[in-house]
Amino acid sequence: MSQAETRTMLTMKGITKSFPGVTALEDVDLTLRQGEVHALMGENGAGKSTLIKVLTGVEHLDHGTIALDGKPVQVRSPQHSQSLGISTVYQEVNLCTNISVAENIMLGREPRRFGAIHWRKMNELAKQALQRLDIYIDVTQPLGNYSLAIQQMVAIARSLEIAHAKILILDEPTSSLDTNETNLLFDVMRKLKSEGISIIFITHFLEQVYQIADRITVLRNGKLVGTYDAAVLPRIELVAKMLGRSVTDLDAMARVKAKSEQRQAKPIIEAKGLGRKGSLEPVDVALYGGEVLGVAGLLGSGRTEMAKLLFGVDTPDSGTLTVNNQPVKNFAPLESLKRGVALCPEDRKAEGIVGDLTIRENIILALQARFGWFKFLDKSRQNAIAQHYIELLNIVTPSPDQLVKNLSGGNQQKVILARWLATNPDALILDEPTRGIDVGTKAEIQRMVLQLAAAGKSIVFISSELEEVLRISQRIVVMRDHKKAAEYSGDVDDQMVMHTMAGNL
Amino acid sequence: MKNLTESAANSDRAIESATPPVEHAPLGRELRVSPRPVQSRRRRIRESAVFWPLLALLLILLFDALYAPGFFKIGVQDGHLYGNLIDVVNDGAPLMLVAIGMTLVIATGGVDLSVGAVIAISAAMGAVLINPALGNKLITNDILTKDATNTPLPIIVLADLAAGTLCGLWNGFLVSRARIQPMVATLILMVAGRGIAQLITNGQIMTIYYTPYFWFGNGFILGLPVSIYIVAVVLILAWIGVRKTSIGLFIESVGLNSKSSYYSGINEPNVKLLAYTFCGFCGAIAGLILSSYVHSADANNIGLNYELDAILAVVMGGTLMSGGRFSLFASVLGALVIWTFTITVYTVGVPANALLAAKAVLVLAVIILYSDYMRRILNRLERKGRQSSRSRHDAP
Amino acid sequence: MAQEMRMPSVRYSPALSNLAQRIKLLLLGNGPLLITIVIFLLAYFVGGQLYPAMQKPQVFFNLFINNGSLLLVSIGMTFVILTGGIDLSVGGMIALTSTASAALLKAGVSPYVVMPLMLGMGVVFGFAMGCIIHYLKVQPFIATLMGLFFARGVAYLISLSSVTITDPFYKSLALTPLYIPFLKNVYVYIPTLVAPLMLLVAIYVTFFTRFGRTIYALGNNEQSALLMGLPVARTKIIAYSFSGLCSALAGIVFSISLLAGYGQFATGMELDAIASVVMGGTLLTGGVGNVIGTLFGVLIYGTIVSILQFNGTLSSWWTRIGVGILTLIFIGIQSLFYMRKRHG
Repeated sequence: MSQAETRTMLTMKGITKSFPGVTALEDVDLTLRQGEVHALMGENGAGKSTLIKVLTGVEHLDHGTIALDGKPVQVRSPQHSQSLGISTVYQEVNLCTNISVAENIMLGREPRRFGAIHWRKMNELAKQALQRLDIYIDVTQPLGNYSLAIQQMVAIARSLEIAHAKILILDEPTSSLDTNETNLLFDVMRKLKSEGISIIFITHFLEQVYQIADRITVLRNGKLVGTYDAAVLPRIELVAKMLGRSVTDLDAMARVKAKSEQRQAKPIIEAKGLGRKGSLEPVDVALYGGEVLGVAGLLGSGRTEMAKLLFGVDTPDSGTLTVNNQPVKNFAPLESLKRGVALCPEDRKAEGIVGDLTIRENIILALQARFGWFKFLDKSRQNAIAQHYIELLNIVTPSPDQLVKNLSGGNQQKVILARWLATNPDALILDEPTRGIDVGTKAEIQRMVLQLAAAGKSIVFISSELEEVLRISQRIVVMRDHKKAAEYSGDVDDQMVMHTMAGNL
Repeated sequence: MKNLTESAANSDRAIESATPPVEHAPLGRELRVSPRPVQSRRRRIRESAVFWPLLALLLILLFDALYAPGFFKIGVQDGHLYGNLIDVVNDGAPLMLVAIGMTLVIATGGVDLSVGAVIAISAAMGAVLINPALGNKLITNDILTKDATNTPLPIIVLADLAAGTLCGLWNGFLVSRARIQPMVATLILMVAGRGIAQLITNGQIMTIYYTPYFWFGNGFILGLPVSIYIVAVVLILAWIGVRKTSIGLFIESVGLNSKSSYYSGINEPNVKLLAYTFCGFCGAIAGLILSSYVHSADANNIGLNYELDAILAVVMGGTLMSGGRFSLFASVLGALVIWTFTITVYTVGVPANALLAAKAVLVLAVIILYSDYMRRILNRLERKGRQSSRSRHDAP
Repeated sequence: MAQEMRMPSVRYSPALSNLAQRIKLLLLGNGPLLITIVIFLLAYFVGGQLYPAMQKPQVFFNLFINNGSLLLVSIGMTFVILTGGIDLSVGGMIALTSTASAALLKAGVSPYVVMPLMLGMGVVFGFAMGCIIHYLKVQPFIATLMGLFFARGVAYLISLSSVTITDPFYKSLALTPLYIPFLKNVYVYIPTLVAPLMLLVAIYVTFFTRFGRTIYALGNNEQSALLMGLPVARTKIIAYSFSGLCSALAGIVFSISLLAGYGQFATGMELDAIASVVMGGTLLTGGVGNVIGTLFGVLIYGTIVSILQFNGTLSSWWTRIGVGILTLIFIGIQSLFYMRKRHG
């Protein structure tokens, strides 16, 4: 990988873009060299997605220039940007799951014979396109039969085949992938690098950035903070640049952790042999008030499945669940709510917020559900509760009547948290509460979790970010392959946990 | 409630005491995500629900005032009010009722195509129970046309309502428990329902001769038709039911995001079940009024196309077919618009064979006015208006 | 390292060399269609057992003679439903076509002009609805409902009462029997062939053209299809235009069969078409199903009607109930199939 005479594939200079009342980007520069993986980082609202939208023609820039391979261009539309060789693969993949893999790759340029689609040739070409990425699968099966990771590969293959992409933009590709799948993706990216394709890699995951990226560009508040060599920039400094804070603040956070003496004697939730066919092997776990129980494990290891069983979304096939000494017979979210157990689900958009309802309505929703149809919280009481939590959690909004869908990811997460806090639960299960959220809000939420535990609640903290789990938990449960692999309390380091996850312990 | 605030306050204190001072990003940064001021949007939503159907109604009435002045003539006859306006309200009552029920169903993100069939079933039920020949082996014309009933009127009304409500329950069960897509689930009853109504009437068009039954569709209280009182009562009860309890919020929440609602503890299947059952109930009342009005139960034709008109009324009332926010009153207005339009067309002298085509034009107008495209144009106009008024204020 | 990472992908490659595996995949992938075919055969068999007269081969061909219009309309409906939409205007289009044809023929216009004219009208009609649906972002339900009112309304405008067709060309099409080779005294009529021919065209289009595959993609996820660069607008509008064409064609066939034009023709046929399409295994949400299933859906419908006719005592409204029940059963089967698929 000689960087000696690498050309600059893309030069964006002085990019400025405003929306009514908002300056999303101000004088931002970005350069992309041939064959490099360039990470684009910044908190939510920093301007990353706007920059990409300007590059791909979804939005038009107000000021600034874009040059591709030295030649200035004006990107008019997404179609135009594709024809220029710029391709984007989004987190949701954006392919069609009902048609075959081959069609997903080739449709639009499919080979024809006498006017009709030449299926055999199309399948052959698709197979080759995937082989280029070292992927070998049956291309005649519907895309929906494959995992998200493979679907992403297919999307990448399409970008290369159809759009002949020279610049590939990957928008948060690893958010739903486990470690194996992420490594698979990185292998593909390295292969593409060696072929001279430039990749813009948008992500929140610090470790991954250091694994794969050559250079890092950090945005903050619509402005460029700087572009750095990944090999040179220390991690802690990167985080500081993204937060706009000094390094010492972060250290301070790492030390805020409730003492384990605060743990109560009797468990609030006790699960014995709780299991469900196909999703979780029988598991024993106990949750005590006054402590944070961290749950670590790879994606698909059974963490969310366990959370769902504890909250009653799923009904177990085996084992018993006891809440506050009462055995649980009826498994439903409403019942769990009544018993004082709450779950903040993993998928914020699909399972959490009701985007078109106001902040106020979202906050009181679960509480009202617990009260039922007839015990109605009138408008003034709703407002009182909502206002209380807006202030408490520092939800930034001009009014509680704002629609939740207009908030940033971090604020949406706070609204969901408020919803559950309002029901005053004894046990609160948080499934990936800081995923896709800027570092500043992440810290706030982590702090909040510790304070809730200090107040006597039992918190379950599920997260893919190992250091986060380690930082705030008093006990850690490690899940692997749908069963509980180990439980640690006291001081444990990330090496031990990772080995457990990998199956070595 | 007090306990909640208290315990919340307690945990607040605990949290506050443990919170180290932290700098937060300035307010201006987050405000970016909501460029439009909140109040006017809320007002806009509330306005538009009732605003548009009301506007449409006024436009049609304006047209009538100019081209068919006789439209507004209200006279007194036989001790009650009489005239085109009264006809509109009386004829339109069944549609208004169905629109009320349909609003809740559409708000949950579904649709009920079987309403017309429910009307037919309910009407058939009533006619069959009245039929003096029921049980008689020997049927003479005298017996058939006798002004008497085989079953007491209150029982008939109950049976009508029960039949319709049962249909609603069936639909609700298919949608909420069997998890069948609403359009498909209610399609079944729409197709089979008229067959069932035929079954009840044994394939005949039954004429009703029992005069007390006619009261629902033709009677008057204090000069106004009975049907309008029925609509008013149902509307008020429904409004209380959805806005003075949490049912309205739950319906909207389920319609907007059914999964999140379930995770929040809302009993989503029951909410949907309620909506469809209520819709069936409304259909039953509509069937009662309709069959009472025309003195007959024709299983093939009664209530024909009512579901389509009802959906149109609900759409006019601002409810999205994908579900979410709704306004009962606006839907009723929508039904009124449709009916006023129909009567206007008759009054103006448009030949009967052109009515359907005229209705198509109405639907087209609704489509264009309610389209995204239109909304965008209006927003742009509003923004320009606000800017110009602001610049007027700011000008030195 | 790369070698190890290849392991997960090999896991996804099923053993295709195994014939049994291949058959299993084929069955699983086409389950609903196979069930439809089985139910058709079952229904036909039961009918034959109950009424021996039904075992005559002519009865089978009568299915095509009597349900030609329904099959045509259902084929167009399948295209539209695959895109995730619906077309409620088909019955109205039949009424309009028949009335307009009858009126034009009566006025002396040549049938060779009338037929293409009607087809053109159908295409334009469908095109207009497609544009309203896509560009004005109107729900297909509402837009085609308007189309239904409009079509039938104009039919009523032309003539409130039935208009007879006396044109000799139409008459010859209606009355000239085509005898089936190898079978004794079994015949169809020329218009009967139209629907099966259109079916072949439809099969070709859905399996071998980009337009057809785009319909499937767009029905699954319109946003994705757009981002994939597929011509979504064009495809959707052509699908509705095609449905309009099929409805007009069905109207021509209908008016030939009955030698009349009437505004009240084909009331409710849109429901029968939707029921047939659903019974054929096409999901109303779009993206799943095919026209072969629709063929069998229509055949099942026709079989039920035949059975009732042979029975003679049960009134025609039992058809409605029967179709309703069958649709329910099919939907139940479909949801079982697709729920299981989601978990597996």
